Amino acid sequence: MIPWFTYSRPNSLKDAVKQLSVPGTRLHAGGTDLLGCLRDGVVAADKLVSISHLAELRGITRTGNGSVRIGALTTLTEIAEHPYIMEHYAALSEGASSAASPQLRNQGTIGGNISQRPRCWYFRGDFHCLRKGGEACYAVAGENQFHCIVGGQSCFIVHPSDTAPALIALEARVRITGPQGTRTLPLESFFVGPQKDFTRENVLDAGDILTEILLPAPAANHRSSYRKVRARGAWDFALAGVALSVRFSNGIVQLARIVLSGVAPVPWRVREAEKIVTGKEIDDETASQAAAACVKDAVPLAKNEYKLHLVRGVVEEALLAMKQA
Amino acid sequence: MEKEKIDAAQESSPGITRRGFLQTVGIGTLEIAVVGAVAPAVQAETRQRGNLVPLTLKVNGQRHELHVEPRWTLLYVLREKLELTGTKPGCDRGECGACTVLIDDRPRYSCLTLALEADGHEITTVEGLMHGEQLGPVQEAFVQEDGFQCGFCTPGQVVAAEGLLRHTANPDIGEIRTGMSGNLCRCGAYGHIFKAVQRAAILRK
Ligand SMILES: Cc1cc2nc3c(=O)[nH]c(=O)nc-3n(C[C@H](O)[C@H](O)[C@H](O)COP(=O)(O)OP(=O)(O)OC[C@H]3O[C@@H](n4cnc5c(N)ncnc54)[C@H](O)[C@@H]3O)c2cc1C
Ligand code: FES
Ligand code: FES
Repeated sequence: MIPWFTYSRPNSLKDAVKQLSVPGTRLHAGGTDLLGCLRDGVVAADKLVSISHLAELRGITRTGNGSVRIGALTTLTEIAEHPYIMEHYAALSEGASSAASPQLRNQGTIGGNISQRPRCWYFRGDFHCLRKGGEACYAVAGENQFHCIVGGQSCFIVHPSDTAPALIALEARVRITGPQGTRTLPLESFFVGPQKDFTRENVLDAGDILTEILLPAPAANHRSSYRKVRARGAWDFALAGVALSVRFSNGIVQLARIVLSGVAPVPWRVREAEKIVTGKEIDDETASQAAAACVKDAVPLAKNEYKLHLVRGVVEEALLAMKQA
Repeated sequence: MEKEKIDAAQESSPGITRRGFLQTVGIGTLEIAVVGAVAPAVQAETRQRGNLVPLTLKVNGQRHELHVEPRWTLLYVLREKLELTGTKPGCDRGECGACTVLIDDRPRYSCLTLALEADGHEITTVEGLMHGEQLGPVQEAFVQEDGFQCGFCTPGQVVAAEGLLRHTANPDIGEIRTGMSGNLCRCGAYGHIFKAVQRAAILRK
């Protein structure tokens, strides 16, 4: 059974921030990740503060200037099935619908998906690893077939979210309310890699609540997609994946964003690959060059070299599919 | 091991134990015991360790007034406190689907849902899919199509199918595969399960 905690479900954001500022407190959104972490002793909590009664954090709305606001408590199912998101932000609806299983998507929120903890089996298991305050990352010399091939340093997790790469490709920003007030930042700057701080995955501090995600108004001639490679058809996290967002003009790429999943401790944007396709048509050659650029800096661990091939394959495939779409 | 010991110690903390208390008074009388002391829903305040928290659950159309520990999952409360043992514990970590229930018509894992989070929602378990003493259409379809072998995953499969069909009345095979992808079957009866869902779509009409 999950160890003891007390529970509170405030009715205002202000109250929630106040309660969450107390050490030993943890935020509960859908709970699909948090409860597993508590049960396995990955994290401890004296008290859970559930934000599920904060109705203002729920739902998808279009603002006056055409941008879209997604409340942090919106479920993955609600996002995956939303006609406007499907039409204009395909990468996001594909990311949301490819995560976990139907039951988990009905409960898991977008805020929780972005803020979920890593799935490294040493971190989740009975290992006092670096990320949990221990001495070493056991993946380095251990079973590292599902670990990162790029961006790792001292700790070699991959970021597990399927929606975050899509959102970064779509130039999403996030709004965070905390004890010091409210701030808005690009989702890209939300994530923190191990070279900066191996004890956290994002910028959230005690008392911080991610309240909403903001997507820019859909542009003309814009397409996006998210492709994920996994070992089985449901439940599985990405072995490798790619989110693309491309603006075309007469078949020529005007602007591209390419963000990888399953390969790095944070959603991994590859600017060099973006540059390669920009100003050109997507064809076999540009697709293959961009795919090669995606793994140029990768240094696989002993058991995950296969990811290099997966990444190249999935990027190439996704780019060519986008051209044909 | 260590954790289990702690849990056991907490279960039997001072005076009357929580489990003992619930068993002594029974679910029925507990309703009377708590009247007056209970606010309608969970309040926005911290509860002390060791205290039970009042909770109203609406399961299969019936209201239940309970006292629960904040850490109890919906799965635990359904089985151990409400004796609705149709909902099965499998992995207890969101990876098998045996514990599937409907919450407001949507399938969810009751093992990853705190009981306190379910208040104010309509919960449907496999027991709630009966038509009186008769099997409901989805249950009937699983019998007709042999949609199981050992049967352990079946309640979860049936509830997941019901949830899928409430949302998509005429699913194609792709939609059935996706809709049922959150439920594992150790016996590998998937072919029959998918047929059962197709039949269920017809029987439900
Ligand atoms: C078996 C299984 C398979 C899964 N497969 C996938 C997969 O393939 N792809 C994928 O992307 N995910 C997967 N998940 C992960 C994840 O649980 C869900 O995707 C879900 O979206 C998490 O959301 P939640 O609301 O349940 O989060 P919670 O469990 O409530 O929260 C997760 C974490 O984020 C914090 N948090 C949540 N919301 C906020 C907020 N608004 N502000 C600040 N902090 C917040 C919490 O404190 C907690 O630390 C899987 C989970 C399981 C159990
Ligand atoms: S017991 Fe809940 S998913 Fe396995
Ligand atoms: S029938 Fe045996 S597990 Fe599915």
